[in-house]
Amino acid sequence: MKAFAYVNATSEKDAVAALKFDGIALPLAGGQDLLARMKDYIDTPERVVNVKNALDRTAAPTSGGGWRIGASMKIVDLLEHADIGKMYPAIIAAATDIGTPQIRHQATVGGNLNQRPRCWYFRNEEFVCYKKGGSRCFAVNGENQYHAIFGNDGPSHIVHPSSLAVPFVAYGATFRVIGSKGEREVAAAEYFTMPTLQNVLKENVLDDDELLTHVMLPAPGNVKTGHYEVRYKASHDWPLAFTTVVLAMNGGIVQSGRVVLGAVAPVPWRSKPAEDALAGKPLNEATAAAAAEAAVSEAKPMSGNAYKVQIARTAVKRAILNAAGIKTV
Amino acid sequence: MSSSKDNLPDKPDRVSVSRRDFLKTAGVGSLATAVTAAGAAEAEAQAGPRVVGPGDVPVALTVNGKRVDLRIEPRVTLLDALRNRADLTGNKRVCDRGSCGACTMIVDGRTVYACSTLAIDVQGKQIRTVEGLASSGSLNAVQQAFCDVDALMCGFCTPGFIVAATALLERTPNPTSEQIRRGLDGNICRCGTFVRIMEATVAAAAKGVRRV
Ligand SMILES: Cc1cc2nc3c(=O)[nH]c(=O)nc-3n(C[C@H](O)[C@H](O)[C@H](O)COP(=O)(O)OP(=O)(O)OC[C@H]3O[C@@H](n4cnc5c(N)ncnc54)[C@H](O)[C@@H]3O)c2cc1C
Ligand code: SF4
Ligand code: FES
Ligand code: FES
Repeated sequence: MKAFAYVNATSEKDAVAALKFDGIALPLAGGQDLLARMKDYIDTPERVVNVKNALDRTAAPTSGGGWRIGASMKIVDLLEHADIGKMYPAIIAAATDIGTPQIRHQATVGGNLNQRPRCWYFRNEEFVCYKKGGSRCFAVNGENQYHAIFGNDGPSHIVHPSSLAVPFVAYGATFRVIGSKGEREVAAAEYFTMPTLQNVLKENVLDDDELLTHVMLPAPGNVKTGHYEVRYKASHDWPLAFTTVVLAMNGGIVQSGRVVLGAVAPVPWRSKPAEDALAGKPLNEATAAAAAEAAVSEAKPMSGNAYKVQIARTAVKRAILNAAGIKTV
Repeated sequence: MSSSKDNLPDKPDRVSVSRRDFLKTAGVGSLATAVTAAGAAEAEAQAGPRVVGPGDVPVALTVNGKRVDLRIEPRVTLLDALRNRADLTGNKRVCDRGSCGACTMIVDGRTVYACSTLAIDVQGKQIRTVEGLASSGSLNAVQQAFCDVDALMCGFCTPGFIVAATALLERTPNPTSEQIRRGLDGNICRCGTFVRIMEATVAAAAKGVRRV
């Protein structure tokens, strides 16, 4: 790891001020992603700003009946929170198997949402791909078994690594962001960005001196939610594909729904075809199967990951069955 | 500056240093010096948040109930600080990437990967290492159970497992086997002695872990 100067920021204002710096300054939260990247020389900041003590680490109810989660809240505290799980069960389902206990004890909500891609070319210093300012993507003709099956227009073919991002998009969350120009709110669905040649160095809309401070969750209303992950290993790894569904119900009929897939695209992937297939239908096994089929109709796998299409199909179907209260394995 | 720093035990994490690395790191020295100067000037000018490092800074840790005063760079991990500077070598450095659990310590009651924690970040917190588990010469219930059921082969993962199992039993004194499995999920035994580790944890739970 390259040596760096360190700032222990204790307020939002101080954190932003410390990030505004002529060299490279990066925020440090739980460090479970950033420190590994620095050890591998993927990032070599001259300044590291500890934001754990600067950003809110609590969750609080909002006047509109929703919840507001601070970026410094640790994943374990989210898991152990008395109310969030009751109102937003998919968030807890997504948080339960993140990494390992030790990782959940340190990692924060803000760090989880802003963690960088796990693409092995990205994580290897020797491969200077688009994401590191190079002019090619090594995954295209390389080892791409864990890469994207949706949104594969390039230039990068990563899958977004955040487990929490998917239920946050599905619940229609908004992120509060602060920076030297003030604060703004961004819908979770618009926070994460599809890669283009202009923005491929990042995965979201944050400027260098901006920080995510809060996740604002609207009151869920009369919804049924489901979450299903397919993992190769029970711990120590990311899911191969997973899905959160949040369905607004009218009696037994799905009025409208959000179907969001994770680990399959450069952003949490909201599936319009699946949502259309659900609208106006009774919540049952046939509907789930049809929606799953619709979801994967858009898939464009790479040379080595067609197997993920079936996994994504299963994740969508079982997340919907889960919402319907039908037991799956 | 760079050449002497490069020889510190906590610096090189690779077996061989490629020419590219060398050139990169060699470049860092001058840059880092520039940053200190700029950082100091800026800190004074704004009276905003204080910038420390990249050189050695005082770091005070509370380890196994005792205060440990160190002078280390901000980049030094809790694991390297204790192993290389405080002679607490019980916890092992294996992957150094938060993927194996050999470095597991307890910080304010919860297990963490000490390799993935900056020492400077855990000042003022209660840090416990494997060295802190035995009291006045007698092993704690987990340590004793690991000996009794022979829950190790090479033993390299053992300190991390013992810390993780101790933390688990302090929070959940009568765990189900599912709770043990999940509680120890963050630790890996390359020799594969997981069955014995489960047995030892069950045996320790039966005896009860008393917090020293
Ligand atoms: C073996 C293993 C398995 C894992 N499995 C999973 C998994 O299944 N699902 C999953 O989601 N994750 C998984 N992870 C990743 C882990 O959850 C993340 O590394 C962790 O959540 C990052 O949070 P942190 O607080 O430690 O962030 P840090 O490492 O401190 O920061 C991560 C990044 O976000 C930036 N950042 C931090 N806070 C903010 C902020 N407030 N605003 C803007 N930027 C910020 C940092 O600069 C950095 O670039 C796994 C990790 C490992 C090692
Ligand atoms: S998928 Fe993205 S991160 Fe991976 S090699 Fe291609 S451009 Fe780089
Ligand atoms: S050495 Fe820390 S987790 Fe492996
Ligand atoms: S006993 Fe050898 S790694 Fe566990």
